[in-house]
Amino acid sequence: MAINKNSTAYTFAFSIVMVIVVGTSLAYTSLSLKGRQDANAADKKMMDILGAIGELADRGNASGLFAEYVVERISIDGSGRQIASANSVVDPKDKEDPFSIEVKKDYRAKIKSAVKKADGDAQAFEQAIASSTLEFPLYRCLKNDTTIYVVPVVGSGLWGPIWGYIALEEDMTVYGASFDHKTETPGLGAEIREDFFTDKFKGKKLNTAGPLLFSILKGGALTDEYSVDGITGGTITSKGVDEMMNRTLAVYLRYFESQTRSQK
Amino acid sequence: MSSENTSAVMTKKTSLFSKQNRKLLSDPLDDSNPITVQVLGICSALAITVQVQQAVIMSLAVLFVMIGGNVIISLLRNMIPDRIRIIVQLVIVASLVIIVDQVLKAFQPDISEKLSVFVGLIITNCIIMGRLEAFALANKPGPSFFDAIGNAMGYAWILLAVSVVREVFGSGAISLPGMGQVKFLPTNWFISEGGLYENNNLMILPPMALITVGLIIWVQRSRNQTLIEEN
Repeated sequence: MAINKNSTAYTFAFSIVMVIVVGTSLAYTSLSLKGRQDANAADKKMMDILGAIGELADRGNASGLFAEYVVERISIDGSGRQIASANSVVDPKDKEDPFSIEVKKDYRAKIKSAVKKADGDAQAFEQAIASSTLEFPLYRCLKNDTTIYVVPVVGSGLWGPIWGYIALEEDMTVYGASFDHKTETPGLGAEIREDFFTDKFKGKKLNTAGPLLFSILKGGALTDEYSVDGITGGTITSKGVDEMMNRTLAVYLRYFESQTRSQK
Repeated sequence: MSSENTSAVMTKKTSLFSKQNRKLLSDPLDDSNPITVQVLGICSALAITVQVQQAVIMSLAVLFVMIGGNVIISLLRNMIPDRIRIIVQLVIVASLVIIVDQVLKAFQPDISEKLSVFVGLIITNCIIMGRLEAFALANKPGPSFFDAIGNAMGYAWILLAVSVVREVFGSGAISLPGMGQVKFLPTNWFISEGGLYENNNLMILPPMALITVGLIIWVQRSRNQTLIEEN
């Protein structure tokens, strides 16, 4: 065989064949595993939401417990008006279901730039969010006859995204919280996912009158009922938790306020 | 470092556990260890040695990618055009890594979450590209397979050693896959509980990985003087 391995034609032919073979095999792997991956992601989301109301679930029983505790899935717009509601069995493929709202994607694509643009100007940010087409999911749960709302929050830590779920009772008392992160430093910022940190949130309140709804304070500062102590050595991650809670909960607060007004 | 055993393997047909093949397996563990002697793959040794569990799974993932990459490149070695060989190697390693990542996400979601970005970082692991370029391109699939196992193991034991040191002194615990983190020190030893012991937080930070690897290199070179370069 007299193929010149170093000729340009051979190099091109080789690359083309390689790209087709590799591309096909990767596409096949991705497609054939997608169903399982999506189901895993949905299970994980349910586990996180249940975790925020203090129900420990594993991948096996997550969807069962979710159906038991979460009575309604609501989506609201940027100014706090309800858009949709669902209480059927969760179908991760149904795009209309508030469960399918991808808060992380929204944060990455839209909210992050809006935060930057507003540059600390709370009003400008509020307007930007209110005039956007963003949808915010909210989970209404019923546990021991108490109504608990679970709010997903997303923000930025030191190295990458951080996120979590805040469970609120109707009087804006924090029922529970769970946080997670992608790449925070183990032993420092990564500790936000540990119980010792999330337990501090239980029983705290949102300061609906104050400039800040909630604060994460630094270095053993005296904390009141609207704040918790941050993580030593994880200052930027703690600040990220503070920022994402205040920014996100402000949107939901408008919904809660409209709810209480309509009830009176 | 591998040029001498490369030529030895090429010459004769070798049986499965011949001297050459055994050398391919054992050399990277010590004399030509990818981390301590060739000083490759330091970046991942730094990032994922905070917990033993991460180190174990990372090692397994590297083992898979290494074997796959070495064997595939070795099979294709007479077809790959010289001018684009690095690109070909990169594409194959990257595809294998994506497959590992996707399979973990589908079947081991919990472990996949723990490793997060580090699986993707296998692509940038110089050891893999180094072995493809230095060994698989010039050798038959059989020896390449053993070379892959040897080097992955050489990488793995350093990772494990560093992570045991860092986790024991940094967190006072050992974590194993499937078992979670086992804290073996009694809680009343800690200063916060009235004892005299405190975890060394410096161990958790990346610099201690380098210092620990440095200590291993020191011990290794004092045992094996032939590794010391002459200036």
